[in-house]
Amino acid sequence: EFRRFSLERSKPGKFEEFYGLLQHVHKIPNVDVLVGYTDIHGDLLPINNDDNYHKAVSTANPLLRIFIQRKEDADYSAFGTDTMTRKKNVLSNVLRPDNHKKKPHIVISMPQDFRPVSSIIDVDILPETHRRVRLYKYGTDKPLGFYIRDGSSVRVTPHGLEKVPGIFISRLVPGGLAQSTGLLAVNDEVLEVNGIEVSGKSLDQVTDMMIANSRNLIITVRPANQRNNVVRNSRTSGSSGQSTESSLPSSTPNILGSLLQGEEESDEEDIIIEDSGEPQQIPKAAPTSESIESLSQIELLHESTQNGFLPSSEMNLNHSAGSISMEYEVPEPGHKPIEEDGTIITL
Amino acid sequence: MRRFLRPGHDPVRERLKRDLFQFNKTVEHGFPHQPSALGYSPFLRLMAIGTRSGAIKLYGAPGVEFMGLHEENNTVMQIHFIPDQCQLVTLLDDNSLHLWSLKQHGGASELREEHRFTLKGPPGSPPSATQVTAVLPHSSREVLYLGTESGNIFVVELPSFRVLEDRTITPEAVLQRIPEDNCNRRSCELVEALREHPKNPDQILIGYSRALIVLWDLQNNKAIHHFLGSQQLENLYWQRDGSKFISCHYDGSYTQWLVSSDNRQSEPLENTVPYGPFPCKAISKIYWQTTKNGLPYIIFQGGMPRASYGDRHSISVIHGSQQTAFDFTSRVIDFFIIFSSDPAAEFDDPSALVVLAEEELVVIDLKSAGWPAVHPPYLASLHCSAITCSHHVSNIPLKLWERIISAGSKQNIHYSSMPWPIDGGTNIAPDPPQRDLLLTGHEDGTVRFWDASGVCLHLLYKLSTVRVFLTDADPNDNMNTLGEDEWPPLRKVGTFDPYSDDPRLGIQKIYLCKYSGYLAVAGTAGQVLVMELNDEDAEHVVDHAEADLLQDQEGYRWKGHEKLKTRDGPVRFEAGFQPFVLVQCQPPAVVTSLALHSEWKLVAFGTSHGFGLFDHQQKRLVFVKCTLHPSDQLALEGPLSRVKSLKKSLRQSFRRIRRSRVSSRKRRGAGGNASEVQEANAKFDQEALQEMELAPVQRKIEARSAEDSFTGFVRTLYFADTFLRDSSRHCPSLWAGTNGGTVYAFCLRVPPAERRMDEPVRAEQAKEIQLMHRAPVVGILVLDGRSTPLPEPLEVAHDLSKSPDMQGSHQLLVVSEEQFKVFTLPKVSSKLKLKLTALEGCRVRKVTVANFGSCKTDDYSENDLAVLTNLGDIQIISLPFLKLQIRYPCIRKEDVSGIASCVFTKYGQGFYLISPSEFERFSLSTKWLVEPRCIVDMPEVTSNNHVHKSGTENAARKS
Repeated sequence: EFRRFSLERSKPGKFEEFYGLLQHVHKIPNVDVLVGYTDIHGDLLPINNDDNYHKAVSTANPLLRIFIQRKEDADYSAFGTDTMTRKKNVLSNVLRPDNHKKKPHIVISMPQDFRPVSSIIDVDILPETHRRVRLYKYGTDKPLGFYIRDGSSVRVTPHGLEKVPGIFISRLVPGGLAQSTGLLAVNDEVLEVNGIEVSGKSLDQVTDMMIANSRNLIITVRPANQRNNVVRNSRTSGSSGQSTESSLPSSTPNILGSLLQGEEESDEEDIIIEDSGEPQQIPKAAPTSESIESLSQIELLHESTQNGFLPSSEMNLNHSAGSISMEYEVPEPGHKPIEEDGTIITL
Repeated sequence: MRRFLRPGHDPVRERLKRDLFQFNKTVEHGFPHQPSALGYSPFLRLMAIGTRSGAIKLYGAPGVEFMGLHEENNTVMQIHFIPDQCQLVTLLDDNSLHLWSLKQHGGASELREEHRFTLKGPPGSPPSATQVTAVLPHSSREVLYLGTESGNIFVVELPSFRVLEDRTITPEAVLQRIPEDNCNRRSCELVEALREHPKNPDQILIGYSRALIVLWDLQNNKAIHHFLGSQQLENLYWQRDGSKFISCHYDGSYTQWLVSSDNRQSEPLENTVPYGPFPCKAISKIYWQTTKNGLPYIIFQGGMPRASYGDRHSISVIHGSQQTAFDFTSRVIDFFIIFSSDPAAEFDDPSALVVLAEEELVVIDLKSAGWPAVHPPYLASLHCSAITCSHHVSNIPLKLWERIISAGSKQNIHYSSMPWPIDGGTNIAPDPPQRDLLLTGHEDGTVRFWDASGVCLHLLYKLSTVRVFLTDADPNDNMNTLGEDEWPPLRKVGTFDPYSDDPRLGIQKIYLCKYSGYLAVAGTAGQVLVMELNDEDAEHVVDHAEADLLQDQEGYRWKGHEKLKTRDGPVRFEAGFQPFVLVQCQPPAVVTSLALHSEWKLVAFGTSHGFGLFDHQQKRLVFVKCTLHPSDQLALEGPLSRVKSLKKSLRQSFRRIRRSRVSSRKRRGAGGNASEVQEANAKFDQEALQEMELAPVQRKIEARSAEDSFTGFVRTLYFADTFLRDSSRHCPSLWAGTNGGTVYAFCLRVPPAERRMDEPVRAEQAKEIQLMHRAPVVGILVLDGRSTPLPEPLEVAHDLSKSPDMQGSHQLLVVSEEQFKVFTLPKVSSKLKLKLTALEGCRVRKVTVANFGSCKTDDYSENDLAVLTNLGDIQIISLPFLKLQIRYPCIRKEDVSGIASCVFTKYGQGFYLISPSEFERFSLSTKWLVEPRCIVDMPEVTSNNHVHKSGTENAARKS
């Protein structure tokens, strides 16, 4: 069911009031629901307290799309970054949870209140002298903000210590992602970029690799400061790290590889503008037989974005075979607020 | 990633790959970079050129080429062929001697190094004792005479390089028979020249630097005559009958000496300073050639008046009252004369003068009146004006080929009709499989058309765009001809002219349609010229249109160069490609991409500001599209020109440094400090290098953004007849790719032929694709229903290609510097991708579709992508599945200009510049291979005096 109604942007009020309002307009006063909204990046994010409620209202431009699910059959996995693009059929999941029974999710906590951020990953599979860092640029305006340089490091080899050329972090830009997350530091040695070893590659090659992966950059480093290493168990706590200096376990690239494979889906969806229309993300090619069908659907969808927010297009989405992408909601500047009878949120 | 880690091991495919792909560097075209030595064998009729990097190249009849490389990569100082042998000796600047020979192997001759040798003096002697300054291969073919800085002449046996110590000619031995009063030990320092008596192999003429000349009897080990000049000696030359010889000197004079048996010390017969009376530069080499009519030819290098013409590089020819000083634009390395080699002939009868200058080879016909130049079939100076771009067209139709040749022959009327005089060896390579053209654009606004079908890269025709424009240096006020004095009788020869009148004339992009003869060229100042081939001279007005690529963007000021001024009124054009329309981009930024569709009669062009489409039939601009990001000030102001000029000035200063080094290295004999200079230079180089290493080189890691500079720079343009809007109707379309990873597609409506002039061409933007990785788009291609790339315009009309499949669905291939992506059409959805940079850290520099045929079966061929990366690797990637087939290292990754100059052909060959003047040709195909294959036979030895000579040698050894 769809409802449109208006709210005053300057005075959104409290979450409880809003929750009550939703229950009221949908005439479901005693049903527990999960409330979510799509943010400007197309992510489905939850609304469950005053703060994220206010955030949601402030991002409306001018429409705010809100999704309501019954709590008992909610699909928590639908929330989070890239949800609207990764899961092509996320809407149908949300709106028709029964379509999605085959994957029961273990709910550890309430809907993920936060999108993934830059982090240290793969702690369990890496030698503890190494650190694998994911710089998650998506959804922030911050620059990656670091520089790399040539240098040399000492390795333990079967023939004793050997000086080998290496790539190092040379500088962090204040306020950049690298500096603000604190995950990288000057003089950290870069060992891998998105699962590919950098040894034998020139500074320019590594630069190009990092830039090519900049939207989801995973760097494995040997931190210059080895004192903050994660200590996994008491057995190795005494070691100063030399034992693992030699090289990465051979299995890690594969593990990371599988990790990247999953990531592949989410990264860099190109955008197409057809006939000076709205920008859309380019979908993956559908199986050939369906291509014509999906074409017509896309065009319908396309129309709908120009005309506003019409239920008919939503219906189309619901019926689609999961082969089409989500629309990219970028209302044109100066787009007139839609005035229509019924339940419209005008902000 | 898996694709790379574990390449598919399909054995059938692996076998097929072996039948399809093979990497070879086959031949070097053009003029050797930094030549340093020249040699000629009248017996083999082969010429040898040595370079500063230690290469040695042999040339004979067109197609006869050999190349060798000294391991040491040292400068080749001298080249001497062994008389009547397929052997030659080279002297390097490390004082090592190398013996090379041409041997037949597998049905073709090969050049191989046989021996190497360095002369060693007694322990403790200074290096100058054995520093070789003059080399004389004796006509006996058994020994080499090596003159040294110490004045000793060592005798070395061939081919073993064994020093025959008992036969060394020491200064002491020479001085024994010469009266003390005019000579002392110092007179015999440094052997400048060694010349064998033309009639008597037992006598050699020894010229010492301090002007003492000795005629030495090898048999009796004594001086027969001595001659004392007054000026420092440079060189010697015998007259053919051995009765006289000529010496040339440091002060610009030459002296004739009579050799007669009665007097032991001769006075000079005649002493001349040809360009006196004011001080002159040295004459470094001289020839004296006799003729039937009695008037000799005297040909010498240098000797110009120091003050006024000291900077000229000249070779003078004097024949009776005729005298010409051929004036070269670059330093003369060496020269030789081709004359009658028959020992029985009474006269030399010279036919040609062959001059190796630093930047070109010039051959002068001495037989024809006026001494015209001969058009060389090879060793073309590709860089006579710097190459700015190149374009290759395969398989030229015979008709167009003949028309280009005929246009070119009209330009070459001032050349001599003499057949190429250096004609040794036999070319046994199969005829080239097809007619190929390589077009090079130059800094001076010319386009040169080269026959690139075979081993000899030969100039067919030269097109100049200069006539369309008004330039400062108008041909009318040619300062050179008017300002020149009558004396010395200088005459400019050669084509090497590195000075551009106006850098804006530079050619940046070329597109030739081989079926229609339409040619589009675009240049540095935003000029786009469309031309048509006309077999006659014509005078007409060039139509003129402006394309304002900034459109409505206001408030910007272009700070780059101005557009070129055009000539008003009709312009006279010679036969050949004649421009009929000029499209001027505004702002006049350098044209960065160009496409021509001769069937639709449309030309598309792009700059850093946007792109436009011009209808050259109706001479009407169809549309322009601004691709500029409004905040991109750098692109607006035109820093490209600034960057370029900075680059240029850097290049020039480097050139200057290089030149000064060359001259300091030129001659060791002048004094001992030259080697010190060299050492100091080397030390300086090393220090500079260390300094560079110390400088912190760091790279910024940042995602590309829409706000980056030059995102609007149009990198590629492509015409295609495909399904742009819906899958039922195909239509003409224009595609453009930018530096910021944007692809624009325009749907075109071209009126049918019968209404082509009446209705306008219409265009409408249909699609805009933004690649999220935002890397520059370097290639766009549409594959038809059979996944075959769409044919070229008119290719189908000329029955040279199957019509494209319009039933199945088309696919769009977008190649960025980082990724290859295949999309479906007309609805754009991504189908396949290959991420190159994310996996390998290399970027695409050049990409072309190439057709590879199997060497095993005639009926199999496939289309693949040939890709050159910024690391200088060549990769072959299959279509349409984007699988890496094979990878070859080709160019050093530091060789940025080599990588930038690379051009692929449609059949898996390619060219890249290995120096400003040389293209390396390579082949990726097993089927198409153009490489020299030639044979050099030993000609019959005509005279029998060698037997007699070796007998006397033996006698000499015994004595």
